[in-house]
Amino acid sequence: MSATLRSFDVAAIREDFPILKRQVHGKPLVFLDSAASAQKPRAVIDAMCHVMEAQYANVHRGLHYMSEKTSDAFEAVRDKVAEFINAASRDEIVFTRNATESINLVAYTWGRAVLRPGDAVAVSQMEHHANLVPWQMLRDAHGTELRIIKITDAGEIDFDSLEQVFADGKVKLLAVTQMSNVLGSYTPVERLAKFAHERGAKILVDGCQAIVHRHVDVQAIGADFYAFSGHKLYGPTGIGVLYGKRELLEAMPPFMGGGEMIGHVTYEKSTWAKPPFRFEAGTPAIIETIGLGAAIDYVRGIGFEAIAAHEHELTEHALATLGNIEGVNIIGHAQDRGGVISFTMRHAHPHDIATLLDRQGIAVRAGHHCAEPLMGRMGVTGTARASFGMYTTPEEIDALAKGLLRIKQVFA
Amino acid sequence: MSDLYQALIVERHKHPRHAGRPAQFDAEGEGANPICGDKVHVYLRRPGMDVHYEAEGCAILSASADLMADAVAGKTAEQVAQLSRDFETLLATGQENPALGGLNALAGLAAYSSRIRCATLPWSALAEALHHV
Repeated sequence: MSATLRSFDVAAIREDFPILKRQVHGKPLVFLDSAASAQKPRAVIDAMCHVMEAQYANVHRGLHYMSEKTSDAFEAVRDKVAEFINAASRDEIVFTRNATESINLVAYTWGRAVLRPGDAVAVSQMEHHANLVPWQMLRDAHGTELRIIKITDAGEIDFDSLEQVFADGKVKLLAVTQMSNVLGSYTPVERLAKFAHERGAKILVDGCQAIVHRHVDVQAIGADFYAFSGHKLYGPTGIGVLYGKRELLEAMPPFMGGGEMIGHVTYEKSTWAKPPFRFEAGTPAIIETIGLGAAIDYVRGIGFEAIAAHEHELTEHALATLGNIEGVNIIGHAQDRGGVISFTMRHAHPHDIATLLDRQGIAVRAGHHCAEPLMGRMGVTGTARASFGMYTTPEEIDALAKGLLRIKQVFA
Repeated sequence: MSDLYQALIVERHKHPRHAGRPAQFDAEGEGANPICGDKVHVYLRRPGMDVHYEAEGCAILSASADLMADAVAGKTAEQVAQLSRDFETLLATGQENPALGGLNALAGLAAYSSRIRCATLPWSALAEALHHV
């Protein structure tokens, strides 16, 4: 093992995640499904319990101690998120339920207010349903066009296809993932943002997978919108983020109506609050937001340099180990890729693989991974998928390989 | 590891006895699970409840279809309906039932609610075929 891996104390990190001590079917839990949702460190669990036990009331409303304290803790997370992704202002951070809601928010508000019928939205072939279906819905309701950018067999954006999709100047939004949840490919988002901007289009980046593994700087990327979920970033479910450039958010109508998002209300009509509150109708996910703040602190405490180095070694080890098993076919082999590995196995259906691995205490995902059209593109009906987090060890990848060899024997 | 994928399940998945579309049949039915993309097409020859099928999916699906064809051979439509109910009880409780014969190999699915649909899909397809007879 290299010096990088030694300096990164994965054993100490695992101690921070209580669930990793659990057994499943009498075997130690080998959790290789972090791309679906990551496990939570003690710091996140404690922060959320602390709010409920010591410092809880509704935010932005009460003129009492508990409400003030809770509002302060809640709003401090907005600053934290802004700093985490290097937004120019805290007002560019909108709290949502998850990345799916963030993207839907943009489709419903910016999409309807700014896009005209006949304008086009372009997405890639490797988008999660969350960055495809909202644009189909916008197309059907609003008369915009939806265009699909091809990917190569390796699982990378096909720049010839990108040029073609943009050729007639109708594309006004490029909505693209920063990391495929199926193929593990990173996309060159800085280059894509430049490409879109040079052609008068905006770019929305689905950062759900990437933000867990890499330092994200929305200004360096040039992102107009950036969406991610808390629960993949070792935080709780129910809290997500939409970053939007200030001038874009300011020009957008509200998403949902209710408390918190208003300026002034009469029986006849209402005016809207300024961003980000305009997009945060109703009582927010207070406890979860504070949990997200703790998750960001935790991840920054470990540091992306160390996380990325650890996960790079894991990925290389996994690609080599799984690639050596006769009959295992890894789907996608982008140059720039991370710890999400989809594969099929001769004679074994992905669901059989997942169930048989589960019997050995190993959790993987199987199916189409909310990217059904991508399955057809890659010529499969589904895959099994192993995905890694900062707490994953090389030994767990070896356990996966051993498990696959046993499955191979079952179906041999 | 073998408690769910008993030898009989793997054996029938690998060497099915009733797979393939017969040259002649009296009715057909299809079962599909959009969540996982599994599909099964059942062909029925009467009289005698002679069942063949084409399955596209996991080992549980194909083994269940093959064992179903064994279990229903020579039965009446009423007896098939009863077997289907007994099979669902088996999957819900994990309690083996002598009337189900080889289908008891699927009892372990009771612990895997997400996989039960794989085993019941051929039965929905057969019910559809019987409806068309």
